[in-house]
Amino acid sequence: MSEPATAVDSLKTTPLHALHVELGAKMVPFAGYDMPVQYPAGVLAEHLQTREAAGLFDVSHMGQAWLEGPDHEAVAAALETLVPGDIRDLAPEAIRYTLLLNEKGGILDDLMVTRTAKDGVLFLVVNAACKDADFAHIEKHLPDGIRLKRIEDRALIALQGPKAAEVFARFAPEAAEQTFMTGREMDVAGIPCIVSRSGYTGEDGYEVSLPEQEAVTLTKKLLAEPEVEPIGLGARDSLRLEAGLCLYGHDIDETTTPVEGALTWTISKRRREEGNFPGAKIILDQIANGAARKRVGLLPEGKAPAREGTEITDASGRKIGVVTSGGYGPSVGGPIAMGYVETGSAKTGTGVELMVRGKGRPAKVAAMPFITKRFHKAGK
Amino acid sequence: MSDIRFTDQHEWVRVDGDIATIGISDYAQEQLGDVVFVELPEVGKELAAGDEAAVVESVKAASEVYSPVSGEVVDVNGDIEATPAGVNEDAMGDGWFIKLRLSNPGELDKLMDEAAYSEFVEGLQ
Repeated sequence: MSEPATAVDSLKTTPLHALHVELGAKMVPFAGYDMPVQYPAGVLAEHLQTREAAGLFDVSHMGQAWLEGPDHEAVAAALETLVPGDIRDLAPEAIRYTLLLNEKGGILDDLMVTRTAKDGVLFLVVNAACKDADFAHIEKHLPDGIRLKRIEDRALIALQGPKAAEVFARFAPEAAEQTFMTGREMDVAGIPCIVSRSGYTGEDGYEVSLPEQEAVTLTKKLLAEPEVEPIGLGARDSLRLEAGLCLYGHDIDETTTPVEGALTWTISKRRREEGNFPGAKIILDQIANGAARKRVGLLPEGKAPAREGTEITDASGRKIGVVTSGGYGPSVGGPIAMGYVETGSAKTGTGVELMVRGKGRPAKVAAMPFITKRFHKAGK
Repeated sequence: MSDIRFTDQHEWVRVDGDIATIGISDYAQEQLGDVVFVELPEVGKELAAGDEAAVVESVKAASEVYSPVSGEVVDVNGDIEATPAGVNEDAMGDGWFIKLRLSNPGELDKLMDEAAYSEFVEGLQ
């Protein structure tokens, strides 16, 4: 059998590293960190645990930072020169998913931006692999009076799943009131945290930033609840794929624009009208006239998973695209994938072929998510 | 009694007369994790030792299974195609992959016996 090679280098660790090892996790290098890919339960069980009850994830490798200025208007205006999302009209304690763009409209990273309750302070969370480049890029483009402060002393954990809210309320009753995509500072089991109702699984849940020295304490408390199990990066990937969410560096990167990446929804009407974000000319042209290719969901008709890099062809065998993420969806009970196809083949239901091990295998362009999302929306 | 041999790629082969049953070791299934897909060759296919015989996929990744010996495929395990988790449940028994009619039984001598394989796996941990 062939096995993927693993490189052992001088890896960074998160504050929860010793706990992962104690819990029996299989550790792998990821974005420069030694991270748990799975615990003894295994990827399949961890995935289903998160969909059925609640899963706890260590995402402390991700980059956290404050963006500070004299007031919200000034900070928002500074960030809006780098992203196409609407930061100005973000309500206090609301979160925006947005994109750092280069001058060609390519995506440098995707990130979460929270307008904190304190005027002139935004809280940013970016991808681990991109964080150094992102922060350098942001700093380089900030006007006088606006500062980026990297946060190096906070951990980040996520509690996700249909039981997440019920469990979390035992430690932070206030969190139960939060709606999807809002974040606020509150005490959780007496620990000062930034609690965001958000996640990367398609389930309801929280992402919690907390002082690194408290990370083990809170994680152990959450894991002691009967509904909660630790979840590794393996299940994190299958969960986000089922939810149709992009993995930066795979489904989106510097060569893909928001329009090609099916992320046009992240650009508000005002931002389109103003057209003052990086790559606006290219992106607005693609919005008006269409892009040559588009990110779509793909549902193989057989059982064979189509992995990243799998060529997509039309019925005549002509190459029309490539799979960017693919595998087995445990909750779907079969293979699922996403990838880029020529826009003419991007309509849901279009039949395509996936070239797996030299054989064309039928698949259909499918709407994403592949599962029903269960977020906690306002008024619900 | 049938004789079992192992490759350093974690396949096993058990020989009964001129028929070799081939699968992946318990260590291999454990390393793979939950098996979610198995692709087996056509009956009648001729395989040389070291040829790709099958594909096994876990949630995480796809891996090739190489034939430890040469021969013609005479049977494949439809049960693990239908229920891939069977590979995790009984890798050394009911989770077998293919049966070959041996064309060069001498190849078996190059493979590890159970004691040697156990030692080999020890060395990996």
